Amino acid sequence: MMTSIIKKNRYLILRRALQIGLLVLFGGANWWGWKFLMGNYSSAYVLESFYLADPHAVLQSFAAGFIMSTDAIVGGLIVLGFYALLAGRSFCSWVCPINMITDLATWMREKLNLNSEEGSARLDRKTRYWIFGLGLILSALVGVAAFEVVNPITMLHRGIIFGFGMGWTLVVAVFLFDLLVVEHGWCGHLCPLGAFYSLSSQFALIKVKHDADNCTLCMKCKEVCHEEPVLHFIGEKSGFIKGACSNCGRCIEVCDDDALKFSVFNYKK
Amino acid sequence: MFRGAGMLGLGGAVWGSAAVKLKASELTLRPPGALEDDDFVKACIRCGTCVEACPYDTLKLATLDDHTAPGTPYFKPRSVPCYMCPDVPCLPVCPSGALDVKRMPKLIDGIKTEEPDINRAKMGIAMVDQESCLAYWGIQCDACYRACPLMGEAITLEFKRNERTGKHAFLEPVVHRDICTRCGLCEHACVTEKAAIFVLPLKIATGEVGEHYIKGWDKADEDRLKNLKEAETKKSSPEDVLNDWENLFDDD
Repeated sequence: MMTSIIKKNRYLILRRALQIGLLVLFGGANWWGWKFLMGNYSSAYVLESFYLADPHAVLQSFAAGFIMSTDAIVGGLIVLGFYALLAGRSFCSWVCPINMITDLATWMREKLNLNSEEGSARLDRKTRYWIFGLGLILSALVGVAAFEVVNPITMLHRGIIFGFGMGWTLVVAVFLFDLLVVEHGWCGHLCPLGAFYSLSSQFALIKVKHDADNCTLCMKCKEVCHEEPVLHFIGEKSGFIKGACSNCGRCIEVCDDDALKFSVFNYKK
Repeated sequence: MFRGAGMLGLGGAVWGSAAVKLKASELTLRPPGALEDDDFVKACIRCGTCVEACPYDTLKLATLDDHTAPGTPYFKPRSVPCYMCPDVPCLPVCPSGALDVKRMPKLIDGIKTEEPDINRAKMGIAMVDQESCLAYWGIQCDACYRACPLMGEAITLEFKRNERTGKHAFLEPVVHRDICTRCGLCEHACVTEKAAIFVLPLKIATGEVGEHYIKGWDKADEDRLKNLKEAETKKSSPEDVLNDWENLFDDD
């Protein structure tokens, strides 16, 4: 019984462990002076030897007219390379702390029966790509990294690591938007950082692979998926899940027919 | 399609004005080595590594309600001043270049090095409000003078005769702008209820004379006259100018 619960939630457990573990490491640096991971998700100083940086933040600064130092640029390229070549858009469901907030909203939507047709406003999933572009244009116009001054993700992790101030209001806004306005509203429709990672990671190696021969068309995967359009070919043909998939593994956990699993992307097909 | 573009424009307008508001930080004191404020706000990646590197908890990371760009580092000297660490630990950890050694390089024989020199930091400027400063009342207080890490250089005491009593002296603190690092130790030490000496960002607290004033008594300044070209004036008669319709509509 216990093992089957763990097996059914194996990726969820791993994702939460990674998300919370990173927050504890970052928090420990500020609260207790740990040296593993100083800074935050915008830029991290790892083991006092090298930097990681949010490539989207570096890009916005560039659009605003500032070329960052080598430390931040190299740090941004390491992170971008990791997701673009290897891990796909997995930042969103494995690292990003706001994912825990929006997952909570999704879970509560279900519990409170808010998922009826009229319960969700309609919003195009492509909106995020427009917001991503708009953010770069505004950065250039205003002369500041435009998304970074209103970013609920950074408000959340900075709040946890350094203290919230009024930053929690934006986090609550995202939660309520997901709960009451649009299902998967923030991560699935609006977030420009998610848009940035899904644009840049189309050819990443790690992808979920579908085996149509094993599929019994139960459609449980489509029910749990937060980026449902990426599963459009389920049961019709085998292949790799592409597009905005964030490698969360929900579909793999829910599949009883061994028709979905993590795999290595085959460039030839 | 039009609806989408309209919504995008609406969102952009709201977002853009919020961004303008949220980047305004003229009144903020930044860590040593910070770029000029507009550039600093562009450059800072908001990681807080400098805040963590500060051993005195001087630096704080701004939240939404701090009247400065959220996520950027600042300090309030009345609560915790900058204690002027000789190794400036907050500066070299900055990954983005928002804190730059070149703003305060250590000079060896007048040559700039790659090392920071905390005594050359320029974080703001200390101002004395003479109305509320006890020393200007004639009461002996040299708290700021003694708290100053560059005592006798950045703050000096000017002695003046106290005509009111006829037998005492004023010991008036005077800040020397070129030497003051704006660390805020004076503001922290000030004994009045609200500090009578306080640090403000340079841009707020200073005026600018303008290039057209020249100090005739200063040889170097006077020499600027030599390079001046005479301004071009039009030679045409007033009548011609009045009848020149072309120029009337000329934007220049």
